[in-house]
Amino acid sequence: MSRHRVWRLPPDIDTDQLAPGHAMKFGLPEIAAACLETVRPEFAREVRPGHVIVAGRNFGIGSSREQAASVLVHLGIAAVIAPSFGGLYFRNGFNVGLLLLTCARAGEIEDGEAIGFDARHAVVTRFDGQPLPCEPIPDFLLDMVEAGGLVPQLKQRLAR
Amino acid sequence: MTDAATLAQKLVARAAGRTHVQPGEIVTCAVDFAMFHDSSGPRRLAPMLAELGAEIWDKRRVALVIDHYVPEADDDARRIVKIARDWAREQALPHVFDGRGICHVVLPQAGLIRPGMFCVGGDSHSPTGGAFGAYMFGVGASEMLGVLVSGQIWLKVPQTIFMRWSGRLACGVSAKDMMLSMLGRFGMAGGQYQAIEYCGEAVAALSMNERMTLCNMSAELGAQIGVVAPDAVTRDWLEVRGADVEELGLARWHSDEDAAGTRHHFDASSLAPQVAVPHSPACVRPVDDLEPTPIDVAYIGACTGAKLDDLRAAARVLAGYRIAPGVKLLVAPASVADREAAEREGWWRHIVDAGATVLASSCGACAGYGGAIDDGATVISSTARNFRGRMGAATAQVYLGSPFTVAASALKGRIADAREILS
Repeated sequence: MSRHRVWRLPPDIDTDQLAPGHAMKFGLPEIAAACLETVRPEFAREVRPGHVIVAGRNFGIGSSREQAASVLVHLGIAAVIAPSFGGLYFRNGFNVGLLLLTCARAGEIEDGEAIGFDARHAVVTRFDGQPLPCEPIPDFLLDMVEAGGLVPQLKQRLAR
Repeated sequence: MTDAATLAQKLVARAAGRTHVQPGEIVTCAVDFAMFHDSSGPRRLAPMLAELGAEIWDKRRVALVIDHYVPEADDDARRIVKIARDWAREQALPHVFDGRGICHVVLPQAGLIRPGMFCVGGDSHSPTGGAFGAYMFGVGASEMLGVLVSGQIWLKVPQTIFMRWSGRLACGVSAKDMMLSMLGRFGMAGGQYQAIEYCGEAVAALSMNERMTLCNMSAELGAQIGVVAPDAVTRDWLEVRGADVEELGLARWHSDEDAAGTRHHFDASSLAPQVAVPHSPACVRPVDDLEPTPIDVAYIGACTGAKLDDLRAAARVLAGYRIAPGVKLLVAPASVADREAAEREGWWRHIVDAGATVLASSCGACAGYGGAIDDGATVISSTARNFRGRMGAATAQVYLGSPFTVAASALKGRIADAREILS
């Protein structure tokens, strides 16, 4: 199982923090540069592909703006792990190919820790091997993430 | 197992082509109507649709509302709006509303959202449509694309949370105060992405505009939808807008009495005006419990807080007075039709005479697209969200209240209780 460096975030991270209104008229690179600027200003600069976000409850509440999810895909975030997600964000995440793991015990994971995860088996593994169970995700959503999101999946389907 | 169902479950069952659905099961629903705007719509949808080489499944069931980037403030906004206009022309979309007002308000004004329908919108405040007894929720651009090419969407059948309000609201207290008090009690995740049904004597007494305010902020409560069972008030709204209400069969769109759900009770008659303090719509206090809070800006705007009834409420407070020195009162009516109706009815004059600055009927400062809020400003706003930086300036302190409260605050120069002025 590959290891992923953790960025810890507080509860109630909203879509306006992930994709600020002032950057919304631009494309993903510009929105990415402003991602989480009011929460962890160093995030956009220091995050690397393969890193994961571990957040408090209600991650992604607020707007329907899908860029709040696709910006994390753009930055290479491998998964977001939280005790709960905004309902609309949860749909958007899978639609743009972002894996979201609902883990009641996410709060035990620490900033900077290296963790593993297995989405098909709904489990997160801490640095010391301790497993944290996650809510199972329906297969059709996992298939969507593996295809890279709804649009690539539709493309495959329409090509058939 | 009983066959008793809630209104939300009946709406889903109809769209899924089933007689009955179980909460928690995943179903595929046929979409009756899909709405998107200039921010979430063509600029994202057009390239994806072209990439797929697919067509819109039914153009009569689609509306484009240009409301976020109008009036165009800069070259980027001009580019985004041009993409929307060009694409609408190229696709020959029959339902296009350009600079007429905010999507959640202009659609029902055109009679496009009706009881029994299953609708999606490319905007998080899409639950507004639930005021008309429709199942309507927000989706992102990719999911909207899925709807456009297939006419379908998946859904986990929701549980229903009943918010029953007995009694009658006092003068100067409104649906916004009801919503803020529920937010204070349940928080932004209280809706658990389930369906909320607003019911009881106090809800039945609300106008359609006020019901829209309740359903609109179901998004802040974290619900997938908010809904009000259609009744005589709904019927009147629809008849004026040319719907055949007999054909719609309003009577069947209600929750069965023995349907399972979570039930909460509230008393409208004891409710005081409520204010959400920075930086969450769920940090709520009765207006009288606030420290003295001087304000720089009073903002009446958005789908949440600048519909005709919101303008009427503000005008009732402002009539015959001038705003406090040093305070800016900004009014951005939710739609052109709402502003024109307020003009015809004589309310608009009170707003202008009080010293308001009138802004365009678009999303404007609510989503930080308008640039009307200065750094460090303290704002009282009739909008739905006061997240840090939401209205543009990260250093702004934004309080949320009803149009009554915003208008009273503009007069006093501090957050104020409208009941003092109206009594």
